[in-house]
Amino acid sequence: MAETQSLIGTQNKKGQTYTDPWYMLNEALRTPSFFTGSEVIKEAIRRASCDIMIAYPITPQSEAAALIGELFAEGYVGDYFRGESEFAVMSQCAGASFGGARVFTTTAGPGTMRAMENFPMWAGARLPIQMIVTCRGINSPLSIQPDTLEISYLLNTGMMVWHAETAQDFFDWILKGFIVAEEPDVHLPLALCCDGFFVTHTKDVVQLTPADMCLPPYDPYRSPVPCMDMECPPVRMMRDPFVMKSNYISYATHASWQQEVWAAVERSRKHAIRWLDGLIDAENTDAEIMIVASGTAVSQGREAIRMLEDEGVRCGLVKIKTLRPWPADEIREATKHAKHIFVPEFNVTGWLAKEIRATIPDHHRVYAGPHVCGGMTMPPEIIVSEIKTALGMKTFSLAGRGS
Amino acid sequence: MSKERIKISEALYDIMPSDYQDLVKSATYGKEDRGWKDIGTAKELIEQHSLCAGCPESMAFRYIIASLPNPEDTVMVGSTGCTSLVFPMVAVHNIHSLFGNQNAIASGLKRALSLRFPGRIKDVVVLAGDGATVDIGLDMTLQSWFRQEKFTTICFDNELYANTGGQESGLMRKGFVAKMAPVGKQFEKVRLPEIARESGCHYVVQCTVSKPSLIEKVVKNAVYVAREIGPTYLQLYTPCILEIGKNSMEGLQEMRDSEKPNERFAYKEFVSEPAKQLLAELAAKEKERKAAAKQLAGQAQA
Repeated sequence: MAETQSLIGTQNKKGQTYTDPWYMLNEALRTPSFFTGSEVIKEAIRRASCDIMIAYPITPQSEAAALIGELFAEGYVGDYFRGESEFAVMSQCAGASFGGARVFTTTAGPGTMRAMENFPMWAGARLPIQMIVTCRGINSPLSIQPDTLEISYLLNTGMMVWHAETAQDFFDWILKGFIVAEEPDVHLPLALCCDGFFVTHTKDVVQLTPADMCLPPYDPYRSPVPCMDMECPPVRMMRDPFVMKSNYISYATHASWQQEVWAAVERSRKHAIRWLDGLIDAENTDAEIMIVASGTAVSQGREAIRMLEDEGVRCGLVKIKTLRPWPADEIREATKHAKHIFVPEFNVTGWLAKEIRATIPDHHRVYAGPHVCGGMTMPPEIIVSEIKTALGMKTFSLAGRGS
Repeated sequence: MSKERIKISEALYDIMPSDYQDLVKSATYGKEDRGWKDIGTAKELIEQHSLCAGCPESMAFRYIIASLPNPEDTVMVGSTGCTSLVFPMVAVHNIHSLFGNQNAIASGLKRALSLRFPGRIKDVVVLAGDGATVDIGLDMTLQSWFRQEKFTTICFDNELYANTGGQESGLMRKGFVAKMAPVGKQFEKVRLPEIARESGCHYVVQCTVSKPSLIEKVVKNAVYVAREIGPTYLQLYTPCILEIGKNSMEGLQEMRDSEKPNERFAYKEFVSEPAKQLLAELAAKEKERKAAAKQLAGQAQA
């Protein structure tokens, strides 16, 4: 830490000043810019003192991954190349992180699934890699459309999983993500997810931090496990590798390591609360009806609440920001007055509703829906309709059969 | 790193394991002309292993670790298999992550080390079995060579999946009857040395580990060429005596029989032009160094 902190105030080779992250993200003057989500990823990485980015094309993250290539050409990123597949890319990211670099990558949909074997390995090896997931369909027949099913597969890998709603979230959370992931008591990979296309390919006004400020560089010697660079004594780890032993000591070793990974996810909670201003945002928690959502479903929920208000129906909102760590207490508290809890989702299984049902008392209050999937949009009208139908209120049909 | 970095505080010396004390006292980190002859006289960077008695892979491991030109600045990358039973006892930083992704790990690792230690030597050496290198990991093996990643790939070729119990592998000979090849393997042994040459490796050797002096030479060459020029590849026959029905004492003879002219492990070498030039320069320097040392010794005597 001392080494990294002492660089604050000095300049990197691009003339950016290593800046105290809290000042940079919370106090420095911001400039409004009109950018696509992909451009926002580029702007965040420009300020992230990122050592290595490894890319692979897959819609809808290809543009962002290519834009970071431009940053490399400009000298803002230390190294950059296109790997041969997502499985290889995630292993290359691991190698770079084992070697003490701050590592960033982006992926989506089937690519996330192809790379899956790497994610528990990242967490187990305590590699603080940041991976952007611009969610898209993983089903067959082939789809490139928005769909958040892939997030559910990441939830039990031991990675931190955050779900951004807007491009602004995205910009801030990429930078904050490195800070939280690299804390010595966390030191875990982060999957920062957003809904593909809705966030990546739409333009929005985003408040950017000054381009001449950047995060202090990663200090690999703050890691709770040795950096693989032969700069510290290479201990012999064990005489009998546990991998081949079927005995209690072996099981206990693996069990305690798994528990430690999940304890680290838990320890990230306090850092995420500080940097993200809480793991959830909640509005009107005294309302009898609540919408609980993550990602762009939150935006649609917000619009549905406005429409319901026009009809005299009061509805509150919970925006879930982190899925791992899971904000169980926060959700319980925010929904304690609710009689009806609606969970709109962009996937077919309703994984978020299942998580919420497993978290709160009286889970019959949870309505798993509305669901859209396969790239369908979620007009606020269908959320309104779902709520009114469930409450026995009269609704108008949203689409006719034609005449 | 040299032995400086592993030095023990005097106050803590007596409570350190004797194994570590020995590493500080008589290991060969930083020794300029380290090699296989240090085995038996200096503290080895690999000691106990949990391989089968008489396993040629254990010999290969010892020769390779003894021959690394600068273990104090070398990071090794392994894969799943018998090698992953040995790596935990190697006193050189080493990474096991998944099965078959070793060349992808090494690609990222080498780039990170180059970025973090500009102007310093940091060697990366991959050591994995034939299943990891040629079957499940072939894509990443080849792609790292296409990209001209500057590290050495060593394949322990035992012509089968030893650790899982002797199943067919791509480097198995045609016709060999094994698990998952119940009527004999149906296709030829994959010609990876030739593929390595065509894929851009600058130094490729196929041989057995019957001669430690040869292993020292090819390991050093492979590391030097990878450091300066580009990817290098060694394919070493380390027969799985258990799975081919041999006894503990028969590993060495098996290797000697297989390296005869026209046998499948006859010595084979490809060296690119830039690598030839580099190795010639290094040989000339070594000759000079030896001559100077001889002269110095002569003066001392006189």
